[in-house]
Amino acid sequence: MTGLLRIEDLSVTYRTEEGDVPAVRGVDLAVDAGEVLGIAGESGSGKSTLASTVLRLQPSSARVSGSVRVDGSDVLTMRWGELRALRWAGASIVFQGAQHSLNPVRRVGTQIAEPLRVHDPRATDDTVTSRVGELLEQVGLPAARAAAYPHQLSGGQRQRVMIAMALACRPALVLADEPTTALDVMVQAQVLALLSGLVRELGVGMVLISHDLSVLADMCDRIAVMYAGRVVEQGPAAEVFEASLHPYAGALSAAFPRVGDPAARFAPAGLPGDPPDPRYLPSGCSFAPRCSRAVDACREQVPPLEEKRPGHAAACIRVGEP
Amino acid sequence: MSLPAAADPGVGAALEPPAATGRPRGYGRYALGKVAGSLASLGFVLVVNFFLFRVLPGDPARTLGRGRFTTDEQLDAFNETYGLDQPLPQQFLTFLGNTLTGDLGVSLRYRVPVSELIWDRLWPTLMLVGTATLFAALIGIWLGVHAAWRRGGPLDRISTSASLTVYSMPEWWLGLLLIAALSVGIGPLPGLFPTGGLRSVDADPSSLAGVLDTAWHLTLPVFTLTLAYLADYALVMRSSLLDEIGEDYLTTARAKGLRDKVVRNRHAVPNALLPTTTVVALNFGFVVAGAITVETVFSIPGLGLLATEALEVPDYWVLQGVFLVASAAVIVANLAANLLYGLLDPRVRT
Repeated sequence: MTGLLRIEDLSVTYRTEEGDVPAVRGVDLAVDAGEVLGIAGESGSGKSTLASTVLRLQPSSARVSGSVRVDGSDVLTMRWGELRALRWAGASIVFQGAQHSLNPVRRVGTQIAEPLRVHDPRATDDTVTSRVGELLEQVGLPAARAAAYPHQLSGGQRQRVMIAMALACRPALVLADEPTTALDVMVQAQVLALLSGLVRELGVGMVLISHDLSVLADMCDRIAVMYAGRVVEQGPAAEVFEASLHPYAGALSAAFPRVGDPAARFAPAGLPGDPPDPRYLPSGCSFAPRCSRAVDACREQVPPLEEKRPGHAAACIRVGEP
Repeated sequence: MSLPAAADPGVGAALEPPAATGRPRGYGRYALGKVAGSLASLGFVLVVNFFLFRVLPGDPARTLGRGRFTTDEQLDAFNETYGLDQPLPQQFLTFLGNTLTGDLGVSLRYRVPVSELIWDRLWPTLMLVGTATLFAALIGIWLGVHAAWRRGGPLDRISTSASLTVYSMPEWWLGLLLIAALSVGIGPLPGLFPTGGLRSVDADPSSLAGVLDTAWHLTLPVFTLTLAYLADYALVMRSSLLDEIGEDYLTTARAKGLRDKVVRNRHAVPNALLPTTTVVALNFGFVVAGAITVETVFSIPGLGLLATEALEVPDYWVLQGVFLVASAAVIVANLAANLLYGLLDPRVRT
């Protein structure tokens, strides 16, 4: 079975002057058509590197091994022409539009139209213009906003433009890399509702990357939790959020208090310490130094990602132990 | 596909007050503001230009006499001719009126109106500096773009070290070297270019042969100035493009499936051009009067040479006129930079 996105044993290492920095270490992920996979993790856990590798956008200093297949063809080995054809038309990315992902000196309409023209050289001005208007209205912006420059739009509007742009060529796969970071909470909710609505309506597969586990629990079918470049837990969204197996996923889930849970108000949950420096990873489980349940065995070997419940895997040897 | 071009105004109004999105109104207002600012600077320059020459120590009449015996009658006659016997405010009003009507006085040395003299000397300078600026900007931007895009590559290493070398050379020294090598000739090599001047004695400036003759005379000075500016522009363009290379919108452009060249030319370069435009335009303003050294080395009868000649006399009215034109050139170039900047970057005009 080919599937929409198959990532197998993917490792990405950045080569820097201070030595090799492993950003992603042996990750397996799968997304099928119409499915939404959430990837959770702190900054530096490798989740954005993972997204950029799907379209081979990683910097040239990165060494990649393993395989990334979109619709059955391997992204990492395909020729440049094939890769350019795949980019945006086969899989697109919703970047953090609120920041600097739009070119500041070009009108947003022109920027949305660009992939339409690149991937269909025969497109006429009329069809491109009407498609741009259609896309803008799909994300709740008037078609006339195509004439605006990015700085004339609010953060939320820019993010809507990014979403419209990502949907321009009707891709089967959309990667949303922290699409709501740097937006107000109200606007975040609007953008997320818009994104999930469009994804369901158009039936595209999506990888949604966020550090906010509660957002992912609402929007995704399945969630993968990443820590220090590895997937440490993967399973059905509600189960990962409500009944996590890995202590790190548990801490991540507890970091976002549930509304109406009085206990969360009096005992704000946090995780002591920082994620490890990827250049000097501890031996054994990378999470062990911050883990309250760690025992000596944790520090000896890297725990494999194993299915602990049906369809729910975790990389922790202490699962099920008291 | 339906045509949704007619936007529902209700939606737009609900989202945000309608902002000015069209170029004409935003840019028109921006340009008007810049023009007004430039006029104000020009007025200020006029005032400074007048009083600067009046507070200079020394009496013009006596200075021109060079210490030789002059009678009081001669001094009075001189002062009366040039209006120096009038009270200062009266002199200033006369100066303002004359300048605004294009009368800059009469040269003491050449006995012709200063405006005529400047007009005659302006075009060789503009031709020299304009051609050099054009070449330097085109080649410099090209070099800077390619050096930055392949940072650390062979072109980058060669162009950056060559730029730094040329940048650190005084342009008159470069000019002298070129004259020695290409005009005088080294060993068996004959001189290929004239050592100076704007045309051969026997050339008819209105014929094709005369135009070619002028081009031949201008080759070395233009080459010298091109080299001198080129390095500057290449380095500025390189560093501003390097600043853009890590930007997220370039990743977006790549993710869209654009070719590397398109990402560079359509997305990175337009953003990186902004600082370079400013440097090129401002530099052009300064060198209208600042090509003094190269004009002197190559004996080009331009504004720079006129200024050095006038200093020797000293030819007050010529100096005053040249200063005015030079300041005006800087102000006009500044205005041009601002207007261009507004066209290139939509953010500055709102």
